[in-house]
Amino acid sequence: MFETLSHLALQQYWWVIISLLGAILVFLMFIQGGQTLVGQIGKSATQKDMIVNTLGRKWELGFTTLVVFGGALFASFPPFYATSFGGAYWVWILILFSFIIQAISYEFRKKPGNILGQKTYETFLFINGLIGTLLIGAVVGSFFTGSEFSVDKMRMATIAPVSSITRWENTTRGLEILANFQNLLLGLTVFFLARIQGALYVINTVDDQAIFDNSRKQVIYNTIPFLLVFLGFTAMLLTGEGFAVDPGTEEVFVEPLKYLHNLLEMPLIGIFFLAGVLAILTGLGMTIFRNSKTGIWPVGAGTVLTVFSLFCIAGFNHTAFYPSTYDLQSSLTIQNSSSSHYTLTAMSYVSLLVPVVIGYIWYVWRAMNKQKITAEEMETGEHNY
Amino acid sequence: MEEALVDWSRAQFALTAIYHWLFVPLTLGLSFIMAIMETIYVKTGNIRWKKTTQFWMTLFGINFAIGVATGIILEFEFGTNWSNYSWFVGDIFGAPLAIEGIMAFFLESAFLAVMFFGWERVSKKFHLTATWLVALGSNLSALWILVANAWMQHPVGMSFNPDTARNEMGDFWDVLFNPTAIDKFLHTISSGYVIGSLFVIGISAWYILKNRHIKFARHSMLVGAIFGIVSSLFIVLTGDSSGHHVARTQPMKLAAMEGLYKGKEGANLVAFGVLNPDKEVHNDEEAFHFKISIPRLLSLLAERDMDAYVPGMEDLVYGNDQYNIPSTQSRMAKGQKALKALKKYNEASKAQNDSLAALHIGTFEDNYRHMGYGYFEEPEETVPPVGLTFYSFHFMVILGFYFVLLFALVIWSHLNDTLVKKRYLLKMALWSIPLGYLASILGWVVSEVGRQPWTIQDLLPVSISTSHLNAANVQFTFWLFAGIFTILLIAEVSIMTRQIKTGPN
Repeated sequence: MFETLSHLALQQYWWVIISLLGAILVFLMFIQGGQTLVGQIGKSATQKDMIVNTLGRKWELGFTTLVVFGGALFASFPPFYATSFGGAYWVWILILFSFIIQAISYEFRKKPGNILGQKTYETFLFINGLIGTLLIGAVVGSFFTGSEFSVDKMRMATIAPVSSITRWENTTRGLEILANFQNLLLGLTVFFLARIQGALYVINTVDDQAIFDNSRKQVIYNTIPFLLVFLGFTAMLLTGEGFAVDPGTEEVFVEPLKYLHNLLEMPLIGIFFLAGVLAILTGLGMTIFRNSKTGIWPVGAGTVLTVFSLFCIAGFNHTAFYPSTYDLQSSLTIQNSSSSHYTLTAMSYVSLLVPVVIGYIWYVWRAMNKQKITAEEMETGEHNY
Repeated sequence: MEEALVDWSRAQFALTAIYHWLFVPLTLGLSFIMAIMETIYVKTGNIRWKKTTQFWMTLFGINFAIGVATGIILEFEFGTNWSNYSWFVGDIFGAPLAIEGIMAFFLESAFLAVMFFGWERVSKKFHLTATWLVALGSNLSALWILVANAWMQHPVGMSFNPDTARNEMGDFWDVLFNPTAIDKFLHTISSGYVIGSLFVIGISAWYILKNRHIKFARHSMLVGAIFGIVSSLFIVLTGDSSGHHVARTQPMKLAAMEGLYKGKEGANLVAFGVLNPDKEVHNDEEAFHFKISIPRLLSLLAERDMDAYVPGMEDLVYGNDQYNIPSTQSRMAKGQKALKALKKYNEASKAQNDSLAALHIGTFEDNYRHMGYGYFEEPEETVPPVGLTFYSFHFMVILGFYFVLLFALVIWSHLNDTLVKKRYLLKMALWSIPLGYLASILGWVVSEVGRQPWTIQDLLPVSISTSHLNAANVQFTFWLFAGIFTILLIAEVSIMTRQIKTGPN
């Protein structure tokens, strides 16, 4: 089935999968966003426990999505993996560090003998919520603004001394990504969106009036900065320059209004983007004006659609998805940085499992979430965080 | 590459891998033991088995969390610290990692929540299914990562693309059913089962020694010991098969495992020995100060023939015409020829000189399988650290046989109803918990130190695999990870100890 597809079709198929995984990852960052709100929504110890427990029952899913996102990038676009992770070293190490401390915090938080104390593990969760969202957003921002790296395959063919094929051409090793205003805006957008989603998820899954009231307040407080930074990022993205690829020569060049062109030239993606934004606004409106408890679903769907379309305009329509501002011709495109036709074909068969995975996650999600978290369960539950 | 950078990158990977492997085997073994216990609960309806399952599940949860924490860094480290490696073989190596995520991690993460929090939310049968699926997910995860590791030890099913300077997969099934992968998977997961079993019988023995929860402890010990003896016998079989394949695919590793410098027909197996630290491949010192050997057993295990020839390290470095073993020097010359041809091919392709490009690619293809040797400066660089490999291998084997004996004694005593009285056996069981971890780590030392200096056997040396980083960067992150993982390990042991002291009630 997949064997008959052209290499380009497989590359596009895999960019769609990467975009979808990235979009689902940002939706699941409601866990990170919620982690930054534990102290603001939960005023008593029991309320904090309820918030940590509702988020904690999903943390593994978010963590796994990040790992699969990384694995899928490695399998389908290995030169990106080599260039970005090996180059922007510090920003990735900070992201990973924040996820390391997240992974133990839920389980260790209230266990006797945890050495560091409950407060420390809650601080770890806050750090993961802040750094994980901000930095992942900023790194994705660099897909549109570029980074300083060079690629030369023939460095491998040198006998001695051998150098790396990919080189990051500055000493700040990825931290400079944060110095770019547009990247920072996307990082902050993801951060505030994650907090909004976190509050909405808590509203949806916890049965407690005070928690509902505090969460709704947080939705309102975070919506204002979210809209400001999101609009700022969108304006800069759509009015700024982008990195285009000449389909004939494969030469990379800077094109004014490139990402606006991409949205207009790929109307389906443009519709996804607008529908996503509308869905987010609808979910926010439902929660803020109608006290709805199901705002997480339109906001979540909107997040998936919007982030998916952002990845699409970064990689499709003859665009370099990982541009180099140091050497334009070192920029990575989905054509020059993908795995071979054979590997993409093999992996495409594996991708047929994705609907099965989504199916059982949905089934388990429903089974586990049909009863809301209550204060009573925090006292009597057989395994609580 | 800067030597300090290579050393620190190697040290960081070793550190993170060893920390990760302190937690994974218990997850592998305990997950099945819990599933067996919960099955007994569902079949019998005996609430005691539910309590027993829940107790081990609590310990599993604490261990699982830290296993996940230490695992994430390993996946991304291939990119952050080994970018040349990722470029060179990402087309093949990335696939098992992605499949691991899709097939195994999602299974674990989705059903883990049911296993821990679903006792009152889903039916008994759904819960039991979730527990079995967590066990299956953990073991599937091990399968794919070990397929990836085995491919580095014995690269198959691929070809080099000179236009992209990358190896590309040619046959997925060759990669999956690589004999090295099958041996490695079976040997490694059964070592996890043994650790899980040692953990269960050790903790249970402690309860009996303290005269607490006797019935619970006896139940747990029986399940743990039966699971343990089956697993440890299986380890012996897969270990034998692994040795046979190592002889064919990594003869230098086998020679280092046995301290064999000069090859011979009807080679003896060293059962125990003390190496002479002054011995090098290029001098005439004696290899051992002292050794006890079993005649011709190495030939039998390696080649399934008691009279077969087994090459030594000197034969592999300096060559042996009688047995058609080429010298490393000759392979280095061919490797350099391949590298030069690759560069010239690239230049000719850029200049669109097709005939010249075809000429150079022909030279390259003739010499490609030696390409990795082209990066070495001295033939002796291809010898791994012999002492570490030799002693790790021998202590691992001794411990493996000890575990078989221990499990057998526990089962025998249980059947005779004398277990509670045999305090020496209970103490042995308790103190064998760390020995299980030690044996498992030693196994990885044999596998990874024994294959030095290669990242990918014969194709890519470790010294060419790193990212373009300053050594100080990696030095900093080494200490960062050493610090955080040590703190987390201390916290984990402390929490576990408290939970164990509290007991199943």
